[in-house]
Amino acid sequence: MGVIKSAVDTRAEAFKNNAKAMRALVDDLRGVAGKIREGGGKEARERHLKRGKLLPRERVRTLLDVGSPFLELSQLAAHGMYNGEVPAAGIITGIGRIEGCECMVVVNDATVKGGTYYPITVKKHLRAQEIARENRLPCVYLVDSGGANLPNQDEVFPDREHFGRIFYNQATMSAAGIPQIAVVMGSCTAGGAYVPAMSDETVIVKGQGTIFLGGPPLVKAAIGEVVTAEELGGADVHARVSGVADHYAMDDAHALATARRIVANLNRGKRPTIELREPKDPLYAVEEIYGAAPTDLRKPYDAREVIARIVDGSVLDEFKALYGTTLVTGFAHILGYPVGIVANNGILFSESAMKAAHFIELCCQRGIPLVFLQNITGFMVGKKYEAGGIAKDGAKMVTAVACANVPKFTVIIGGSFGAGNYGMCGRAYGPRFLWMWPNARINVMGGEQAASVLATVRRDNIEAKGGKWSKAEEQKLKAPIIEQFEAQGHPYYASARLWDDGVIDPAETRQVLGLSISAALNAPIERTRFGVFRM
Amino acid sequence: MFRSLLIANRGEIACRVARTGHRMGMRVIAVYSEADKNAMHVQMADEARPIGPAAPSESYLNIARIIAAAKESKAEAIHPGYGFLSENAEFAEACTKAKIIFVGPPPKAIQAMGDKARSKTLMAKAGVPLVPGYHGEDQSEKTLKAAAQKIGYPVLIKASAGGGGKGMKIAASAGEFAAALASAKREAASSFGDDRVLIEKYLTRPRHIEMQVFADTQGNCIHLFERDCSIQRRHQKVLEEAPAPGMTGKRRAEMGRAAVAAAKAVGYVGAGTVEFIADSAGHFFFMEMNTRLQVEHPVTEMITGLDLVEWQLRVAAGEKLPLTQDQVKPGGHAIEARLYAEDPARDFLPSTGKLVHLAFPPASDEMRVDTGVRAGDAISIHYDPMIAKLIVWGRDRAAAVRRLAGALDQCQAVGPATNIAFLSRVARHKAYAAGEVDTGFIERHRKDLLPPPRPATGRELALSSLALLLGRVEEARVHAKRGSDPWSPWHAAHGWRLNGDNHHTLSFRDPADAKDVELAVAAHFRPGGYALELPGGKTVAASGTLHANGGLTASLDGTGECVTVVRQGDTLYLIDGAEMRRLIFVDPLARASEKEAGAGKLQAPMPGKVTAVHVKAGAKVKRGQALLVLEAMKMEHAISAPADGTVKEIRYAVGEQVPESAELIVFEAEG
Repeated sequence: MGVIKSAVDTRAEAFKNNAKAMRALVDDLRGVAGKIREGGGKEARERHLKRGKLLPRERVRTLLDVGSPFLELSQLAAHGMYNGEVPAAGIITGIGRIEGCECMVVVNDATVKGGTYYPITVKKHLRAQEIARENRLPCVYLVDSGGANLPNQDEVFPDREHFGRIFYNQATMSAAGIPQIAVVMGSCTAGGAYVPAMSDETVIVKGQGTIFLGGPPLVKAAIGEVVTAEELGGADVHARVSGVADHYAMDDAHALATARRIVANLNRGKRPTIELREPKDPLYAVEEIYGAAPTDLRKPYDAREVIARIVDGSVLDEFKALYGTTLVTGFAHILGYPVGIVANNGILFSESAMKAAHFIELCCQRGIPLVFLQNITGFMVGKKYEAGGIAKDGAKMVTAVACANVPKFTVIIGGSFGAGNYGMCGRAYGPRFLWMWPNARINVMGGEQAASVLATVRRDNIEAKGGKWSKAEEQKLKAPIIEQFEAQGHPYYASARLWDDGVIDPAETRQVLGLSISAALNAPIERTRFGVFRM
Repeated sequence: MFRSLLIANRGEIACRVARTGHRMGMRVIAVYSEADKNAMHVQMADEARPIGPAAPSESYLNIARIIAAAKESKAEAIHPGYGFLSENAEFAEACTKAKIIFVGPPPKAIQAMGDKARSKTLMAKAGVPLVPGYHGEDQSEKTLKAAAQKIGYPVLIKASAGGGGKGMKIAASAGEFAAALASAKREAASSFGDDRVLIEKYLTRPRHIEMQVFADTQGNCIHLFERDCSIQRRHQKVLEEAPAPGMTGKRRAEMGRAAVAAAKAVGYVGAGTVEFIADSAGHFFFMEMNTRLQVEHPVTEMITGLDLVEWQLRVAAGEKLPLTQDQVKPGGHAIEARLYAEDPARDFLPSTGKLVHLAFPPASDEMRVDTGVRAGDAISIHYDPMIAKLIVWGRDRAAAVRRLAGALDQCQAVGPATNIAFLSRVARHKAYAAGEVDTGFIERHRKDLLPPPRPATGRELALSSLALLLGRVEEARVHAKRGSDPWSPWHAAHGWRLNGDNHHTLSFRDPADAKDVELAVAAHFRPGGYALELPGGKTVAASGTLHANGGLTASLDGTGECVTVVRQGDTLYLIDGAEMRRLIFVDPLARASEKEAGAGKLQAPMPGKVTAVHVKAGAKVKRGQALLVLEAMKMEHAISAPADGTVKEIRYAVGEQVPESAELIVFEAEG
């Protein structure tokens, strides 16, 4: 049995420094998340409460089973964007348990800009639906939104991955047997009206929920009819007359209770097709992860130190331990679920890429979920390696990752640069969930390298023309590039734009992965057909 | 000795008799009414026969049915228990006629003692002391007053035809006599249509002391010492003990001689009890003789080590009394407490309902629990609402009282209201510990024994919240085990959130709090437990373990606590020793569905009579507000509003009889 023997000395100065630095990052993350949880600020919250409505996070709490975990997605969405005025992009999405069933919950936050859809709001809503579709999670939409954010309509309405896609997803998910449930707890205007209308079952709250294609101002403008919102599309209209809503609720709590009853009657069961084991805690305290992984990405460290603090009993049965050693591959369990782990332990060479392809094939053959722990600066470069065919070996790895049909989970625990991102199942390779540590960086290449590349090109250009370029001038060119790469490579920047599903506390990696894997098991594990491996 | 025994009774006494029957190798036959089909006494028997509908008059009092059941089951003897037919001479005769042995005294003895006036005459003849009094036909005020003078004040003026305290007046001195007499006569005339009165000596601080006697068919008769049953409320015994506090050997011998003389005077056979009223000076007077086994007989069993039912059966089989007077020796002190389904706060009104939770202290040589119900059984309107008898023994009275208080802490019953907390307050009262017992004890110490309700404390709210939270954890654990993904982290109930803490708010209503505000407890999830933010802002670190029987081992800010919490729908019962705290758990989700049901009907739970209507049609009412009172089976049932709303229509008026399930009030919930 491959019990990992940790070489980390928890009393060492380096460990303490690492831990201190990581803790600072985690504290900052929790602070930012805490601010985001407050939604649209005190005034907006009080206004919301005065109307007799529950706050969005209270709605989530009431909807979910008491004490259910809630795996929030895209928590930092729109962070630092739109003048910082749209916390969580005005929408809360995540997975939680309702009547023992894992569901995707999508909740508009009316305290944030009336719950209107900014471009990132749409992206976040669509990402939640994508996760629901891939993992076959019933969707519960708690609707309380003014619809598309009009000043941003060009980035919200027309394109393929814009507003209309929400309803397309509802229709096609319903067709695929993934229940779509809407609870109308506020306004649902214009396109928004289609969320309840396109749902399998809809609940509407008396005196709060309204559904109409055109609101009173539009109606007055268009046909001169003067009508109140309640008369036009209130609960009584839709539950008694139009039939747009199926269930009439007296208040928020009643509506959420009704939604819970609907889920209880879905007749869904979860039948994992993988061999489960009773979970065992890792041999090492998960918090030691803080000290084991340096926040300085230039400092190399053994990925096994992280694995030892994530997997059951710290047991990793390694595959090809002696071959292609810059990549660690092996079988382990996370909270009882069998997984194949692929973790970087340095730069990718031909051997490590081929080892990865081989290992991914094994996992697909056996129906074992894959976990990628990304900490990669890229594939090896240079004459010798190009000649050795590193491009085609890298392609083997990328092909294997792309085609693998077992659930894939990616955690970026360090750098995520260049083609390494592809080979290690970056966003484009369809991992079911992609999480990031607060110390991670994501860029096409390191800022230092990018600046050097650009400086070299410029120097060559100037010198070819016989010109001179001073060190100081070079520095002037490089500094803003390094700064830009640093800013754009920051996990908050990435997460704000939904390049990932959230930034997580490294010590909670095991928990987050466990919840992710378990949620993914709501969908059957499909067989894999690989593309051509260039030999 | 006979080989089969039919027990013509139910409940704890049927079970208790069955145990001795079994111990003596008898085939035990139970009888049962429709309401008792699955009762404990039926399950304990070797054979059981149905004898009719639930109403006692049609089953347990139906002589023909019981005799038929005895014949069908070839029972050789019938034990009547207490109550029902136990003191019915006709029944005893019917047994004899059917050639079945009646385990009890001869019909003649029953009759003699059943007639109060005749019994007193007989007793006077036998030299048994009677309360000095005047029972003459001459009802002139002058004669009556002279009689009172002779008896000595204070005197009691009682209706000759009466009973139950009606037409009963006390005259403390000659000056008060005329007025008291007039009043007594007036009441007697209106209550019984007969204004004749009798005059008796009135005892201040009277005590109820009774002697257990036993006689066989060979003419032997002994007594098995006394029992003090002075702790009473409205003539119902609450606590009984032996020996009587302050009893002297001399007095015991005197009372014993009187009791034996009383039994012999009527040709008594079997177990009987001669009841005396005693005063603090040591005088005692005959009141009546109970010609059956008493409810409180275990007290005598505990101090003598005898099985009185065994003695009854042996005597009934014609055997000689197993021991002579010299051979019986009392040892130690025993006390019995009667656990009743009744509400002390509502003047001990009987309470009915399913016993959702029931627990007693474990039995031992010093501790005995006689019961006829188990958890899940119901206390019905048809029969005596007794839940159990708790009997303790101690080396001396102090030890017994201590043990009683401790044992009451371990008695738990959820469902109907009970007197457990009340009993515990009696057992822990200084005056009780001091042996200051007389029939006025409860009235005198009413303030201590029946304190006004006290609002829930923070500690009680914390424990209740913790129990609910741990209950949810347990529920999640059970759900996890059942599923195909048993170790999924999704089963957890610790409220995990990404990059943040989480809490869950629990809301309660406290029926004991007149303010009736919602009490919110914010439970912040913490590793291994919760930080409970109580109303008022205090935060308590809470953790614990919930046990299968509702037991909660908790830690509140590091202090260990052991309580029991039982949840029944939205009602939470926190049992803390003998005290029970009731809280209403306000579940927003449940409340929502209640709103759906709120428009529903308010129906009569059973047939009865409307005794009060508190609202008018059109009235706006609050959830829980009493709307109408129905009296059924001598009990009041309040019909209250299921939610905030409006009374649309009232279908019945005061005094009207309503059938079961009749819609009483048309109600519309708010919203």
